[in-house]
Amino acid sequence: MDRPVLHRPARGREALIGYLFASPVILGLVIWVMAPMVGSLLISFTDWNVLTAPHWLGIRNYVNLFTSDLFFGKSLVVTVYYVVLNTAATFLYSLVVALLLNQKVKGQGVFRSIFYLPAIVPIVASSALWLWLFNPDFGLYNQILLGLGLKKSLWLAGPSTVIPSLVIMSVWGGAGNTIVIFLAALQGVPRPLLEAVEIDGGNWWHKFWAVTWPMISPVTFFNLVVSLINSFQIFVQSYIMTSGGPNNGSLFYVYLMYREGFERNAMGHAAALSWILFLMVSALGLVLFRWSREWVHYEGAAG
Amino acid sequence: MSAARAARTTLLYLVLVVGAAACLLPVFWQVRSSLMTLVDVFKFPPLLWATHTRWDNYVQAMSSSPFLLYFRNTLIVVVPTVLATLVTSSMSAYGFARFRFPGRGFWFSMVLGAIILPPAVVLIPQFILWSRLHLVNTFYPLIIPFWFGGGAFNVFLLRQFFMTIPRDFDDAARIDGARYFRIYWQILVPFIQPALIAVGLFQFFFQWNDFFGPLIYLDSPSLYTLALGLSHFIGSYSTQWNILMAAAVIVVIPPIIVFFVGQRYFVEGVTLTGIKM
Repeated sequence: MDRPVLHRPARGREALIGYLFASPVILGLVIWVMAPMVGSLLISFTDWNVLTAPHWLGIRNYVNLFTSDLFFGKSLVVTVYYVVLNTAATFLYSLVVALLLNQKVKGQGVFRSIFYLPAIVPIVASSALWLWLFNPDFGLYNQILLGLGLKKSLWLAGPSTVIPSLVIMSVWGGAGNTIVIFLAALQGVPRPLLEAVEIDGGNWWHKFWAVTWPMISPVTFFNLVVSLINSFQIFVQSYIMTSGGPNNGSLFYVYLMYREGFERNAMGHAAALSWILFLMVSALGLVLFRWSREWVHYEGAAG
Repeated sequence: MSAARAARTTLLYLVLVVGAAACLLPVFWQVRSSLMTLVDVFKFPPLLWATHTRWDNYVQAMSSSPFLLYFRNTLIVVVPTVLATLVTSSMSAYGFARFRFPGRGFWFSMVLGAIILPPAVVLIPQFILWSRLHLVNTFYPLIIPFWFGGGAFNVFLLRQFFMTIPRDFDDAARIDGARYFRIYWQILVPFIQPALIAVGLFQFFFQWNDFFGPLIYLDSPSLYTLALGLSHFIGSYSTQWNILMAAAVIVVIPPIIVFFVGQRYFVEGVTLTGIKM
């Protein structure tokens, strides 16, 4: 950082100009992130319902969540199940597709566009589309199952099939970014390293495990973090497709929060939910970054 | 080429073609259903294509819901937010990349934290603020926040790009007496143009597809965006799949066009975000 430079501006002036340029995002953080976080915390200690003046409840909203709110526990279980299944499925699917596309495939660009295309479809439009595809009576997927001589599935209408169904939809619509990023990382793996393993008699698995996997690990980590954080925020599907059902089987966390805050006007309760979401995502972030030190290799990092 | 190698290549293409077909099948089914009569839609075994192609479904969808108005509303939200994002995220990124100021480390760590902060966490106080300002049920809550840096991720990404430009360029300009704003605007911004285009495209898609914001802030049907309008359409046409699919196609077409026009930048942009993190 400290290199001799001609004409550096005086310290005080540099700081002022720096602040001026950075001021949009700094103000934005204060107005749209930090103040609302404090506001949310304060609201979470009250029984505010929009219509009448709030009363101070202390931590009662939080106590209620853990002791008497059956929806809270259910939505945690459902959301974590979805997050884990969706992240694992998206990750494996994207990595396999990217590895295949990286095999000097003819028409690689065309394939890449096709695999990316579903990511462009607006989530509300794909919700309409997948409601139709998953329709238990006339939907395409049950017709395919029948055609193959298999039993129909309830898909979104079945308590045990609703989450896997939403994961299928999400892998279709969400894997595009992950595939493109993986593919770029794979193309950056140096050939000589792979050839060296070949000369030593290694097979494809040796090449993958000894060279490719460590070389793409920063990108793997990035994809993992993005996928986990995004999955946590699933909302539209339960709002439009399932209304949280069947039997609360897709009562995702953000949907529960929306319902408490904006349909039942229980703002205090919803604010408590939002703070717990914040704590969970922060904890997840910390754990991931700690864990990443053990297996993510950054190029040029002292190792 | 050995026989084993040929077999492997064939298998590779087979898997890719099947995968690509599985990706395209839902979209095909959407278009196919949108051009059918309801009788055709419910036939078993399913028809691959309509017996009579029925464009009238599109007319019916357009006349039962004001999609052109929704389209206009969506543009009213999307255009200024994309503009806001481009201007304020690149300015902020330049500030972080090129100047030392007290608290820079702290504010930058806040930017990083904001990237993984779920918007739902700050939703309620933001909503209260807008309702106190009597601006709920206007487009402002969907636009104004983007004039403040245009999203933490974009600031971070563009800062990474500014950092890759050698400082000699700034210094050379400074000897010429160029002011900081001109260094930023005339020298550095052209360098990061591909990244800026990518950021603009991301923001376009994000806003175009956003459902949560319009759902919270827009009440009057005359203000609905395409995403919100379509969600109400789903409620009232949940058994007329042909009309519903036609409506969904109408909503999908604009982003598909933008995708194919900007594809090169888009793929580059997605790639860069993954590599720069």
